[in-house]
Amino acid sequence: MNDAIVCRNLLFSYDVKPVLWNVNITIPEGDFVCVVGPNGSGKTTLLKIALGLLKPTSGTIEIFGQAPDRSRGRIGYVPQHPRLDPLFPVSAMDVVLMGRLGRARSWGAWGFDDREQAMRALDEVGLVDQSERHFASLSGGQQQRVLIARALAGEPDLLLLDEPTAGLDAHVEEGFYRLLQELNQRLTIMLVSHDLGFVSGFVRTVVCVGQEVVVHPTSEITGQVIADLYGSDMRLVRHDHRCSPDGHEQDGHKS
Amino acid sequence: MTFLDALQNHAFLQYALIAGLLVSIPCGVVGSFVVIRRISYIAGGIAHSVLAGLGIVHYLQVVHGMEGLSPIGGAVIAALVAALVIGWVSLHLKQREDTVIGAVWAMGMATGILFISMTPGYTTDLMSYLFGNILMVTSRDLWLIAALDVVVLVTVALFHKQLLAVCFDGEFAGLRGVHVQRFYFLLLGLTALTVVLLVSVVGIILVIALLTLPAAMANLFARRLWQMMLLATVACIVLTTSGLALSYGPDLPAGAVTILLTGAAYFMVALIRRR
Repeated sequence: MNDAIVCRNLLFSYDVKPVLWNVNITIPEGDFVCVVGPNGSGKTTLLKIALGLLKPTSGTIEIFGQAPDRSRGRIGYVPQHPRLDPLFPVSAMDVVLMGRLGRARSWGAWGFDDREQAMRALDEVGLVDQSERHFASLSGGQQQRVLIARALAGEPDLLLLDEPTAGLDAHVEEGFYRLLQELNQRLTIMLVSHDLGFVSGFVRTVVCVGQEVVVHPTSEITGQVIADLYGSDMRLVRHDHRCSPDGHEQDGHKS
Repeated sequence: MTFLDALQNHAFLQYALIAGLLVSIPCGVVGSFVVIRRISYIAGGIAHSVLAGLGIVHYLQVVHGMEGLSPIGGAVIAALVAALVIGWVSLHLKQREDTVIGAVWAMGMATGILFISMTPGYTTDLMSYLFGNILMVTSRDLWLIAALDVVVLVTVALFHKQLLAVCFDGEFAGLRGVHVQRFYFLLLGLTALTVVLLVSVVGIILVIALLTLPAAMANLFARRLWQMMLLATVACIVLTTSGLALSYGPDLPAGAVTILLTGAAYFMVALIRRR
């Protein structure tokens, strides 16, 4: 199996103090990775490097064996839930079609293929019947699904999500995980979360970023505590700890 | 004589009516982008810079006898230069955008006033530049306006996908391979051309209301961009035509009447559609 993401000795700093250093990760295709860490730990920076929006200060990152900006066509990006102008005149379908940019012809109207692909993406997230709805009038969870459909419309092989459940209710979040799990059957998924609740059963790999990274197999008691905290059905976390700036605990405990 | 009778007898009124119809289309189309991208202040800056172009052409015509120069041509150049400067400075010099707009806004007007003051003759032209005089539109102007119409509409028809995506979520559009900066400049360029078109109807100072208010009204009803553009165009046609008709009888300035109608309509619609 090929590797989706490979980081070698990656170091990144905005000024003098490095935000990320000595990052070595290998994410195989088909993996489901959750990048966790406290706010300001550099997890969003890591995501931006993977997207090619930031260049590593030293070291390398390859997405499907190429520099990120060259493999962008294969990446589907789902940003943090945007603070949106409630009057912005777009339907759900209009938003999903934006994911076809780069695949569609660059001038004139959307083609038949684009509409078909966008419809398929909306179908995958279960919102076909909402395609003509005003985007801003959809619920937060539905809007988030539309943004996933927008990423899917570009026919990606890797889905990158930035804090996708921020601001969603716990029960909405649960359906959201299930959707990602289904998508994981054909896509590699990497998501960033400061929310430990996301490290649930179907995440295969956890990448911890930050200085205070302590990785242990979650005990049942901890699981119960988390379940109480987040109010959703939590399963024990299997930690395949890939990296931390303070050292590496590779292939740690598995439960 | 009523407006309709006068319309049949006077070519200048017919020209004015046609000009109103012609500018309404880009007004609705580009105005919608200006409203959703929230660049109406930039449009205001561009509009006021137009005085520089008008003033310089006026000066060259009178003092240097270059009668062939077109005021609209000068306005187009000044508007495009202002758009480029605002866009470039705020992107590359890391200055606050509103400060840059303010600078370009005032410098454009100052340049225009300088050249107009150096030009001998009546200063009534200054008033018609600032507040518009749709009754002075000539048949040659109409052809220029029509040509600018075509440029604006063809450009939007070709690139509306990218323009909408850049307005909605620039970062995502960039990741999909759209040259975000290039399309931002394209949008500013379209705004500049539309501003020039509207200046011929309502004048420099009043442009910003006609560019944004019909689109803002349309936005309260429209759920899709094309609906917003269509509604804004219709609103603009109704407002410019009724502005012209209402001002003709009592001999009031058409631009001012149009803007007052537009503003009143906007506030009424906003009141009705409040949530």
